Formats: sequence, structure tokens, C-alpha cells
Amino acid sequence: MIDALPVVLNINGLKYEFEVLPYRSLLDVLRDELGLTGTKECCAVGECGACTVHFDGRSINACLMLAIEADGGSVTTIEGIAPPGEMTRVQDAFLEHGAVQCGFCIPGMVMSAEYLLARNPHPTEEETREGLSGNLCRCGGYNRMLQAISSVSEESTP
Amino acid sequence: MTASQIGSSTRRFGGYERVTGSQEFVADLRLDGMLFVKLVSIDCARARIVSVDTSAARGLAGVVAVVTSDDLPQPVPRFGPVYKDRPILAVGETKYHGEPVAAVVAESKEVAEVAASLVAIQFEELPAVFTVASALNPLSPLVQEPELRSAGTLASTNVLSEQVFGWGDLGATEADLVIENDYCFPMVTHFAIEPHGCMVVSSSGGFEVWSPVQHPYLLQAILADLFDLPLTRVRVVAPDPGGAFGGKQNPKFEPLLCFLARMTNRPVRLILTLEESFQATRRTSAEIHIRSGFSRDGLLCFQDIESNFLLGAYADIAGRVVSKSNYLGCGPYRTPVAKIRARALLSHTTPSCAFRGFGTPQVAWALESQMDAAARHLGIDGLQIRLMNLAAKGEDVVPGDVPADGEWAQSVQKAASAVGWGEPLEPNHGRGIAVGIKSGATTGLSYSTIRLLFDGSVTIYAGTSDMGQGARTIFAQIVSDELGVPIEQIDVVMGDTSVVPFDLQTSASRSTVFMGNAILDACRDIQLQVRELAAELHGTALENVRIVAGGVFISEVKVSIPEVVQASLGRLRGELIGNGTMRRTDIANHPLGGRPAFFEFNCTAFEVGVDVETGEVSVIKHVSVGDTGKSLNPLQVEMQDEGAAIMGLGHTMMEHVILDESGRIANLGALDYRIPTSKDLPLSLSTYSIENADGPGPYGSKGVSEGAILCTAPAFASAVTEATGVVIRNLPLTPERVWRAIRDGASDSSTVEQV
Repeated sequence: MIDALPVVLNINGLKYEFEVLPYRSLLDVLRDELGLTGTKECCAVGECGACTVHFDGRSINACLMLAIEADGGSVTTIEGIAPPGEMTRVQDAFLEHGAVQCGFCIPGMVMSAEYLLARNPHPTEEETREGLSGNLCRCGGYNRMLQAISSVSEESTP
Repeated sequence: MTASQIGSSTRRFGGYERVTGSQEFVADLRLDGMLFVKLVSIDCARARIVSVDTSAARGLAGVVAVVTSDDLPQPVPRFGPVYKDRPILAVGETKYHGEPVAAVVAESKEVAEVAASLVAIQFEELPAVFTVASALNPLSPLVQEPELRSAGTLASTNVLSEQVFGWGDLGATEADLVIENDYCFPMVTHFAIEPHGCMVVSSSGGFEVWSPVQHPYLLQAILADLFDLPLTRVRVVAPDPGGAFGGKQNPKFEPLLCFLARMTNRPVRLILTLEESFQATRRTSAEIHIRSGFSRDGLLCFQDIESNFLLGAYADIAGRVVSKSNYLGCGPYRTPVAKIRARALLSHTTPSCAFRGFGTPQVAWALESQMDAAARHLGIDGLQIRLMNLAAKGEDVVPGDVPADGEWAQSVQKAASAVGWGEPLEPNHGRGIAVGIKSGATTGLSYSTIRLLFDGSVTIYAGTSDMGQGARTIFAQIVSDELGVPIEQIDVVMGDTSVVPFDLQTSASRSTVFMGNAILDACRDIQLQVRELAAELHGTALENVRIVAGGVFISEVKVSIPEVVQASLGRLRGELIGNGTMRRTDIANHPLGGRPAFFEFNCTAFEVGVDVETGEVSVIKHVSVGDTGKSLNPLQVEMQDEGAAIMGLGHTMMEHVILDESGRIANLGALDYRIPTSKDLPLSLSTYSIENADGPGPYGSKGVSEGAILCTAPAFASAVTEATGVVIRNLPLTPERVWRAIRDGASDSSTVEQV
């Protein structure tokens, strides 16, 4: 029997100490053990982006990182980007521009959009397309997402 | 008085939950003490199951049960929305790649996965049917045992059903130009980002089922039938689907989970992987042979169509896909003479089911490509040949049935002007235009209950599934206007058969029309009650009380609806309950069981640029125009239309399920099966609505969520032809296929008779 290993993670500003089986992904831990189900699971092979979170300042697919690899790191999930009851400008713009249909891809998409704008507050359309290209939306909301991100970019001071 | 909601882009109900991740999809729900299910299948399509050794799996710590068909009631129960043909688990042989042979139930999903890999299945691969040609060949093996089929001459063939539609005398019809071709539309998969899944609790003699199903009441009926339970003992809770597109209409593994819940007496949960979802459902592929006759000046003389649609191993709802789409196989045109022979063929492949467009993208691919072939041969413009044949409002499409219900030429003109039809083009650029119509729902019924609470707030109960189309928002907008209630004081309850009244289904772009009308009817019920109360309060006759734009007028005095309710009900409080219905019943002998409630009409146009060195096609402009009747929420209409357009680009440019010689899906999963990403989005995508308030839904609306997928492929291919001179009749138009066609100089190869 494989033993669980201790892991310390900072998630959305809170410190979590727990033991985890070494084969469990960061996504499994977030969803199944910590109840942070805002991060979604679709392909589990790093292709769809539904599980996008920020890890130590990078945007990653939580399905591709083992929880034990994340030990000592800092994770921001969709639950951690705005206080309860509030939205970031990206989230608000997604709704304003009609970028949200079924909503399953949206948490991951928002995390990718936030990451893009954090690094590049005024992306070109080409850069925005590239920034979202790791996130699949089968409802086909991309056009509206580009508009939403563009509107947020225009609001911010150059 | 609130501003009118109808026609405004009210923000999406449930939007906040979706952008913050707090929307709970089925996989986000947890049941106390739940067990995890993993399906076990074999690595080929059709095989005789020689033996299943579950001992190693059963011996693993944490495994609660390993179930095969031997552990189920005998004969193993079968189910389906039309035919009861699908067994709970494979019996004796597997019939498609991924059909579950066993199910493991364990304390964790990891244990279930490991145990599933320990189930040892000995099997012997058998000859199988994977193509239309093979399905039609009388020497091929039968997919379904004749004794399980309904009696008739087709029972000992692989033809599930064959229908002939038509009018006029084809033999006596002459044409100046006859064009004959074959078209292929491949298998594609729904690829909802939310994989399929469900959870079941067995309790008090019945079941509670959580499933993101499009038709909760159909699932309830099927489970009640399977287990011989009263409907009240099957509660279906339907969390909002994370995308469905037709793939989540009908039960898949819910019946199995019910058995497992009963056997283990614990809650059970099955969440499929994306790969398993690929193996659960797909679009019906098609091969269409079509002869089209035209006069010298481009008028249609006849259509002679033979459609072979390849279903999977079990029928699901795909027979209906074939009949409904082929019934309108001649499209939105005046067609003097028509014969359409449509077959639904069984094969050893993934069971196909509904998929956005419900067969129409397949038939429109052939039909509209024929219109372009005729235009080229006659030297007529692709726009003109469509305009000259398009049925005007009130003219027959299918003689004797519902005539054209919209000013369709307006959509075509709008699309043409938006794409810049006729303007000069750069080298290797081309434009294409195409049209499509799909029948809306025919028969059906929807009920709604509305509670106007004492403080004036409202709860709407509707059995619709809000799967991305934004049905809650539309329903709330209707009630806001009809009852004068601010939108933020309205709650919409859906997705629980123990709470909401019956709704037949969420499909066929029907909910705005069917449930919308039921809600409007329920509002009228409440309005009448309010008028009665107001008349009583003011000591006047009912006819002196009017309700206009949600306000109550007693002669010239205006009060609000809540004021009337509060004054009337007084100290004891209370509420008003309104009920509403929309019901369209069967029509005897109608080929579809009933007439289309409306047509969904779309015109799509493209400008593309082709890199002739690589075959890569850049979409410069993609225009979609829908005949919406009335856009109740314009932003939601645009979102839906763009979504259908992008999904259409998928099957046009890149998507196809590839089978190997054993019927395995070779491109199983997101790595090898491409769907459009943000980088595939056209450089310009625009969508427009034609609104003449001529639909049967509230305020003249029609259903809209499928239009832009109907004729994406032929419009795109026509643009590629103009850009390159090559004509391609197989989808998708991948760079490789376009490049090969250019290399081979694949010009129009139509068989042409010219008189």
C-alpha cells in the first residue's frame, strides 16, 4: 500500500496542511479533498484548460501537476480571485459581453484571461487568441471572450 | 413600473455562478457515503465475450462490487427512447467500441480505476459493420438480433427504418440540367466540456437520480418503466448541463447506476472521462446521393435524394434524426417534384443520437452543394440561384404542410451584403453563401407553474434544462413584463421532477416557443386572478379592470399587481398560483407525427482565403443571419448563433471521428480530436437577426439555437471552390484534403446531363 505524504499548500491565501496519496493530482486535491469545485475537470490530459489555476504566479493545468509536486507552493483558484459576492473586471466583462453559455469552461477561461492581462494589460487580438488557446469552449463563446478582454484592457491605464 | 425586458439584453441568470465557479455541475455534487463506478470495456468494437474473470478485481481492498450482465435480472433489461434495444451491460457480445461489459463499484475512484484494469475479459473479435456500404450489404452480420427488433421485413437487415417522402411524378418530370453527386458527412462527437455522468440513490422503494439530462421527464419515465415503479418513486434532479448539444437528451448509464445503487444499497456515482464520453454518443454520419434537376434559367425542377445515415449499435433517437431532417431534405425552396428515400442504418459503432441541427447539417451539405454545382454549370450567381428558388412567405416547402413562415429572402440579402457579396476579391480568396431550414419541434407539451408571492416577487417553475442557451433568463424576462415584476425579484426553478411540472424535452430549439408560451399562459392565469381581485376590491365589473404592461388599471386608476394582491389577501397573506400549458398533439398519418411548430431558417456566408501551398483556409468573414421572429434577448440570440456557427466550423474544417479496422475510435480524446479554439475563430464573425414577429412563440418569437450550424459547411466549401476552383464533397475540409484537391486539380466532377 502506498503511503500518503504530507503537503503544505497556500491556496487562495490560506495555508493548508494535509496528507495526500502521491498519485493524486493537484486537481483531485482541490476538487475532491478540499471541496474547491470551481476548478472543473474535462479531459484530464492538459488539453482543455477547464482546470486552469495559477501556481506560483504561472498559469497551469491542475490535472497535470501532482499534489506532492505542488508542495510548498501557492495556488490561486477561481474561488480566490474575488471576494465572495464580487467579481473581477474580467468576470464582469464576460457577463456583459455574453461570453458565458453553459459555463463549464468559464472558470478556466477566466483564469487564463486574468493571467494574460496580468502579464500583458494591453494584449493585441492575436495575443488574446494565443492566451486563450489552451482553453476549449464548445459553446463557441470565443468571439465574446475576445471582446470582453478587449474591454477590460481598454479600461486599464496604458 | 419597470422598463420592458423583452427585447433587451438582460444579463444571464446564473451568470455570476458560472464566472465564479460556484455553479454546481453534477460532478461538483457529493453524496454522503457515495461509491465510485468505473466501466470496463474491451479494445475492439464487436466481439464475443468468452469469459469475464472478476476475481482479481473483487479481491482488491475497497472494491464493493464487480457487476456483469450475469448479475443483472435475466433477460437483461433493455431501454431506449424509441426502441428498447440497449442492454444495461453488454450481453454475450459487444456491439461498439467502448460498450461496457462490466462495472466496478469501489470506495474511491482510484480503486475503481485499478480494479477495472484487473477485470480480465477473454473475447473473440467478430466481423463487424462500420460503413454504409457494409450496413447495406445483405451478407454482412446483423448488428441487432432479429428477435429483438420490432417485427417486419427490416428485422433481419441492418436497416432500422426506411422512409420515402415526396410529391409529384419524378418519372414524368423533365429538366434542362440534371446534376448528380455523392456527398459524405463524417461522424463527429459532441465534446461537451462537461463529461457525461450521473449519481443515483436507491431509497424508499425508488430512486433519486442526479443527471445533467436534457429531458428529465423522459429519464424518469424510462426508469419507472424499467423498474416497474410509479413515476412518483423516481425523482430526477437535473443539474444544469455543462454543454449538451443533443448528446445528453436520452438516458445512457442512469439505468445501470440504478441497479448498482440497489445492489450495493449505497449512493453511486459515475463520471465518464472525456474519452468515455466520445464512446457514449456522436452525430449520425451520412452518405447522400442526390440528383437535382434545373431549368435552363436556374429554377429547380426536381430533387431525387437517397440518404443513408449510419447510426450506431443502438438506435437512441437517431431514427428520428433521419426522418425529421430528410423530410425537409429539399430545403427552403419551391421544389415542384421531390423524392427522398431516407434510411437509418445500424452499425457496430458508437450509438449516434441528436446533435445540434438534428440531421439538417448532413442533408444541407448535399443539397446546398448541389445548388452551387448548378449555379456553376448554368453560369448563375450562387446568391441569385438561391433567391430565385427560395419559397416566399406562405409558399409551400413541403406541399400540404406548413408553408414558409418567414421572409427568408431578407436573411439572404442581409448575409450577402454583410459578407460583401459581389465585391472584388484578392487572389485565392472566395465567397460562398448557403441557406438551411430545420423543422422546429412538432408535437409536444410544456407546463409551467408561476407563484406570485405576497411581496410581489415571483417563482417560475419550468422543466427546461438550462444548458447554455439561457432559458432561465428568457422565462424571467417574459414574467417581468407580463406581471410588472423587477427582474431581480424573479427566481426560476428547474431541473427537479419532484418540484417542476412536466416538460417533454429541452431540444429542437423549442423552449422559448413551447415553455415560453406555457409561461405566458401561466402569466395570463395570474393576470385574470388579479383582475378578479381588483374588481372585487373596487366593487366594479371584471371588464373594467385591465392589465397593461404589468400594471393594473381600474377604469383610469393605476395600481401595481402586488398592491392588488396585498390589499386583497390582507393579514393572512398568501399567494397567487398560475398554471400554463402549451400543447401540440399528434396528427394522424403525418410522417413526423405533427407539423413543424416553426422553421429555423439561417443564411450563412463566408469569405475565405486559401493558402494553395498548404491547403490551409483562413476565414476572413463568417456571417450568419437567422430568422428569429423576435429576439427576446438579443445578446443571448447572438451568443447562441455564434456558438452554432463555431460548432459548424468544427465539422466543416477539422472534426471527424476516425475508426480503425477493428472499429476502434483512433482519435479518442482531446489530444487527437480537434475542435475549434480561439485561434480558429474567424477573423470576423458577425451574426444578425431578422425580426418580423412572425413566430408562434411569445411576442412572435421562434427558436434560434441551431440555425447557424445548418449550412456552415456548404457555404464554406463554396467559398473554397471560388478561391481555388476545386470542388470537395467529403467533410471536413482539412488542410490536407484541400491541398490534395488542389494538387489533383479536383474540379467539379458532377455527373451532368444537359438537355
